[in-house]
Amino acid sequence: MTFLEYAPAPESTGLLSLREAYGLFIDGEFVDGRGESFATISPATEKTIAEISTASDEDVDAAVAAARRAYDTTWSRLSGRDRGKYLFRIARLVQERARELAVAETLDNGKPIKESRDFDIPTVAAWFFYYAGWADKLDHAGLGANPAALGVAAQVIPWNFPLMMLAWKVAPALAAGNTVVLKPAETTSLTALLFAEILQQADLPAGVVNIITGAGATGRALVNHPDVNKVAFTGSTAVGREIARSLAGTSKKITLELGGKAANIVFDDAPIDQAIEGIVNGIFFNQGQVCCAGSRLLVQENVHDEVVARLKERLSTLRVGDPLDKNTDVGAINSAAQLARITELTAAGEAEGAERWSPPCDLPAEGFWFAPTIFTNVQASHRIARDEIFGPVLSVLTFRTPAEAIAKANNTPYGLSAGIWSDKGSRVLAVADKLRAGVVWANTFNKFDPSSPFGGYKESGYGREGGRPGLAAYLKPAPLGGSVGEPAAPAAPAMYAGAPATWVEGSATPMYVPEAASLRVHANATASESDVGAAIGAAADGTASAGEATAAAAATSATTASTAVPSAPSDTAAPSAATAVPSAASDTAASSAATRRSARKKADK
Amino acid sequence: MTIDTLPAGTLARDLVGGELTDSNLRRYLEGIPGVDAVGLEQRAASLGTRSIKTSSKAWALDRIIQLIDLTTLEGADTPGKVRSLVAKAMVPDAADPTTPRVAAVCVYGDMVGDAVAALGASHGDPDQGGISVAAVATAFPSGRASLAVKLADTADAVSAGADEIDMVIDRGAFLSGRYGLVHDQIVAVKDACRRADGSFANLKVILETGELNTYDNVRRASWLSILAGGDFIKTSTGKVAPAATLPVTLSMLEVVRDWHRLTGVKIGVKPAGGIRSSKDAIKYLVTVAETVGEEWLTPHLFRFGASSLLNDVLLQRQKLTSGHYSGADYVTID
Repeated sequence: MTFLEYAPAPESTGLLSLREAYGLFIDGEFVDGRGESFATISPATEKTIAEISTASDEDVDAAVAAARRAYDTTWSRLSGRDRGKYLFRIARLVQERARELAVAETLDNGKPIKESRDFDIPTVAAWFFYYAGWADKLDHAGLGANPAALGVAAQVIPWNFPLMMLAWKVAPALAAGNTVVLKPAETTSLTALLFAEILQQADLPAGVVNIITGAGATGRALVNHPDVNKVAFTGSTAVGREIARSLAGTSKKITLELGGKAANIVFDDAPIDQAIEGIVNGIFFNQGQVCCAGSRLLVQENVHDEVVARLKERLSTLRVGDPLDKNTDVGAINSAAQLARITELTAAGEAEGAERWSPPCDLPAEGFWFAPTIFTNVQASHRIARDEIFGPVLSVLTFRTPAEAIAKANNTPYGLSAGIWSDKGSRVLAVADKLRAGVVWANTFNKFDPSSPFGGYKESGYGREGGRPGLAAYLKPAPLGGSVGEPAAPAAPAMYAGAPATWVEGSATPMYVPEAASLRVHANATASESDVGAAIGAAADGTASAGEATAAAAATSATTASTAVPSAPSDTAAPSAATAVPSAASDTAASSAATRRSARKKADK
Repeated sequence: MTIDTLPAGTLARDLVGGELTDSNLRRYLEGIPGVDAVGLEQRAASLGTRSIKTSSKAWALDRIIQLIDLTTLEGADTPGKVRSLVAKAMVPDAADPTTPRVAAVCVYGDMVGDAVAALGASHGDPDQGGISVAAVATAFPSGRASLAVKLADTADAVSAGADEIDMVIDRGAFLSGRYGLVHDQIVAVKDACRRADGSFANLKVILETGELNTYDNVRRASWLSILAGGDFIKTSTGKVAPAATLPVTLSMLEVVRDWHRLTGVKIGVKPAGGIRSSKDAIKYLVTVAETVGEEWLTPHLFRFGASSLLNDVLLQRQKLTSGHYSGADYVTID
């Protein structure tokens, strides 16, 4: 045996005590679902982990009713400070049970334990800590004094980061004073159900968070339930479109975080070794099952051969296999269906004439596996350069000039994220300014922080999660003239000036999204963008009066902040906000820094 | 002529595209792609999370011992202290005869004779089971002396029997952009490593990364040292903090990997100073194996410059055998 064939170092599943069957978590209790139960399996072995209930329409009714009751009688009457206490408690419990949650996540999802241990679960805790800090500072959220919760939020989340997506949805909803009915993805319900146990441990009032499991039908019943005030969905563009269609004409507020086909642009002056790492992290992190994955590599033509050669060499060192082994870099694909989609799209890539390459690697016989793959000689018209593959597959394209790179990067129906690699700061800023993507990473990739808003352009959805915009997605401004003597409107920062004045209670236009005030990404949006873009564009027009220069400055500073210390970038960058919310900004930044510290401490153990 | 038999100077001239003058070196070194510090440190940290257990750990602990340059570099060094160091190098753990020997002992130039005498028949190539004698030279650690003094210092150690010379570069010259001067000095020192029989002592070039400060500088100095004919590039003297760090060593390994890719020639790397625990040393082994390949984990391509590391490895080794931890008094201090 050679040294590089490291001896197995499997994480123990001993501390995990799972039940054989799980019910639904409604009104603070586990109850049996009325639908037909199904097995959740480990994608690495195809072995059954537990039986999961399906929520029928009646169960959905019961869950929404419980959430409504909890909203009316308990949660909406609690002070922000008290809501914050519960959130802090949840955050600490997540940290205490971090190892257990990481093992469960890896078992159920197939992602490597080093990712669930070092990324997913610490990020979950960070999100709860961050929004716990906001709970008693809603007056400083930029919506005027006394912004109100929306009511009952219906949340449907995907299978790629199960518990992390739960945290992104639940934490801001609760901080803003809403109650929640959440449906995890069919294949990855396990950690959401463990999270329900944490809620019991935290003594969260019954009904504030309800977790119902099941397939697409359950999700459809939930988002279409008449007593739901807010729908938040993360998943495929097809389903997002269906939800948007079915909610049109209702008063429900909606945020959608959908697919992506991110361009990762490598200029010839890039720090080459770190760029290679960034490319690998961009597409092979979580087996490429990441909506913001850097799946389209745009390389400047004069360094193409060198980048590809180095990339192949680096790929040969990736360790594919047992997700529970602490040295595994690439785990299992989440489901047979997803594996089939990846297989089909890669076959199409070959058929269209792209060159396929994978390092030699032995894939386990059981389970769903796909070797890391790169395609060279990919043309912009190929399906593998257009469609979201959602797997460990990288398409390599070339460009000659920055203008061509920008044009190619933007030439996609999506617009969730992008990456730029260059040693030249001015070029990074100039290119970032022209990219129509919600998040632009400079000389790094896949960095997330609770204080940094995340969301997309075009078919990647609308609305933002994270930071103050993520909070605003669960709030409405207090009605005008609502509280005498409280100068609500003037207190609102200028960047949101358009929003409060035009808010209409029960507006029939669900597209109107005041949280589109996520200035940094919308500053470049034009009003000419179609459908979903229209709402965003309108918001951008409103902000343009605040001064284009500041908008651009905020955009670039938020962009580059992701390379270094992401302490509340967009919040503090907006000059008007700085006067309105100095205490809130610094408090939350401090709390998120504390989170990072404690999360790291935990990880060290 | 195959690439292996080409002298380093020819390879270097091919690469730089001309004579290794100050202006050519400057043009070449300043054209090397930059290093992104955040990304480099992140990569090093992720390599540090590898979990090396059971049989891999046992192999790693033995290999670490075989890669150590057991070092004493103090003003207070005496022949007695050197004899004691040599005894420890030959029999690291008296309680366990299966313990391998270290690669070399590293001493000041005037102690070379004592080290050679103490080693006796064990003096030899670590790849053949012997123990080498390494000497620091060229006005170590500051390097602030005239070239004549540095060359005399080197020649003196070589003639006393040193197998390896650990020289320091002129950091002042490097930081002021006089790459040609740094290059010429390394070439001259290498020449001073020539023995009477025409063979050469191995030359390790110490960059003193703690004084170079940026990863870009470390990368350029690494290229410069290799272009000038160094056999090893070494992080630090151990007299300046920070000494060896994992990201610095990773960036040097990347240069070594690129040089090997371009020329087929393998250069050694030696992190020195500050590596005290087995856990840290294992992270270095992982970084070497995953960056340049595990064939680098041999005494003529990778060394640890360390003194207290050895005892920690011995304690870990005892723990693997016996199943429980002993304590500092169960290994000899030197």
